[in-house]
Amino acid sequence: MPFGLLKYGLARTYPGKNLFGESRSLKQSYDVVIIGAGGHGAACAYYLAKEYGITNVAVLDKGYLGGGNTARNTAVLRSNYLTEEGVAFYKASLELYKSLSNELGLNIMFEQRGQLTLAHSDAAVRNLRWRAEVNQHLGVRSELMFNDEIAQMVPHLRMDTAARYPILAGLWHADGGTARHDAVVWGYAKEAAARGVEFHQLTEATGIDIDHGKVTGVRTTRGDISCGKVIQAVAGSSSVVGNMAGIKLPIHTFPLQAMVTQPYKPLLEPHISSPHHHVYIHQTSRGEFVIGGGSDPYPLYNTRATLPMRETLSAAVLELFPFLREARVMRQWAGITDMTPDYSPIMGESPVQNYYLDAGWGTWGFKATPISGMTMAELVATDRVPELIAPFSLDRFYRFEQVNEAGATAASH
Amino acid sequence: MKTLLCPLNGIRNIDEFIYGGEYHVEPDRKQVDRKAWAEHVFFDTNSAGVVTEWWCHTPSSFWFLADRDTVTDEVINTYPFSIDPVER
Repeated sequence: MPFGLLKYGLARTYPGKNLFGESRSLKQSYDVVIIGAGGHGAACAYYLAKEYGITNVAVLDKGYLGGGNTARNTAVLRSNYLTEEGVAFYKASLELYKSLSNELGLNIMFEQRGQLTLAHSDAAVRNLRWRAEVNQHLGVRSELMFNDEIAQMVPHLRMDTAARYPILAGLWHADGGTARHDAVVWGYAKEAAARGVEFHQLTEATGIDIDHGKVTGVRTTRGDISCGKVIQAVAGSSSVVGNMAGIKLPIHTFPLQAMVTQPYKPLLEPHISSPHHHVYIHQTSRGEFVIGGGSDPYPLYNTRATLPMRETLSAAVLELFPFLREARVMRQWAGITDMTPDYSPIMGESPVQNYYLDAGWGTWGFKATPISGMTMAELVATDRVPELIAPFSLDRFYRFEQVNEAGATAASH
Repeated sequence: MKTLLCPLNGIRNIDEFIYGGEYHVEPDRKQVDRKAWAEHVFFDTNSAGVVTEWWCHTPSSFWFLADRDTVTDEVINTYPFSIDPVER
């Protein structure tokens, strides 16, 4: 046993370093308050501090750091979306992910094992061809793949033409991957805290103070704060928090359920997604199969797991990987997804001055963590809307200029 | 298995129903401005609490209203559209 570990175990006081700052009382005033200490909130705080030297910042959370949908997503990273706006945005995010472990000094276990989206109909093949063209045009590695190659790459996939919905082709996305979602938020929070940002857990925002159309403060369960600017980054509660500021959002909130099996030896390299079966699957580096993508049939603010969804996901995944019929499901859970009508996020300015929205993160929030943090920080610090997020403003719904992202997971196409 | 009380057909399995969105009163199409129309089309209150919603019993294509708690998933009441939810 390494001597350091023994010393650590026998220490009288906790010898570890508190990476996220000591717990303290709230100050009366901050330059910027971020509501929501998930990946997006922590990333935004980090870039505010690092790029713009804005450190008089409080990040509030009603629960604990990264305990909401940051902890509940299935950690899929990809940029093979369909709209130019979406592809450019998620591509920039994936680029940041590549060097994030080094930048944050914490291993986020970033792996690029690729992602394969399956088509089971002629219409879906056309859609994948379209996506491949858009992706390649924007410099994303994405190409149409036919069955002989698919069978070679994923030998356990059921390629049987007698299947109910035989596989016709796939979209191979070599850039796709995963990362450890907890490590991403911890890394950002650690580096933000090191620069002076305060993280206040168990501090729920209960109201937003607005004076003459301009935000002036945030009320919390631990006291009231005055502040210059507020960013809401509360995936799963966007409508509820927006409502405190009198902002109505085009969001419908649904649970999205996923489950994980017992571990197996490594046998599935890429991430496999079947929009037709409403299921996706990948094998973690621990060997478990993560099976996801079951959106509940009606809105709900509740993270319960249901038996019907377990049946639906199981039936769907067995169409692709029949050997999993013997697998035991170890856990099943739900995240809360704020679905927008066009499956794109809502980012940027709001009708309230100095109140910024980082909302509508549906099923695409985790992969956007670095770039959303970086662009929101730029917006808040400079008051200029970065080009990458200009198409995602709330205002687009009033201009009838939606960004129809049919390449999103759980999109109803 | 979860069930829902259909005002026409009685208690049925939840799988026989589809959700049809929040109930709103449609603005007058002749007078509505773009902003109000955009809000009618895209925006909902999406509140965490009791919401009045459209539901449809698909085998009989019967549309009706339900008051449902979006936090506890409890259905408080279901009734036909002939009863105006504002007046009731």
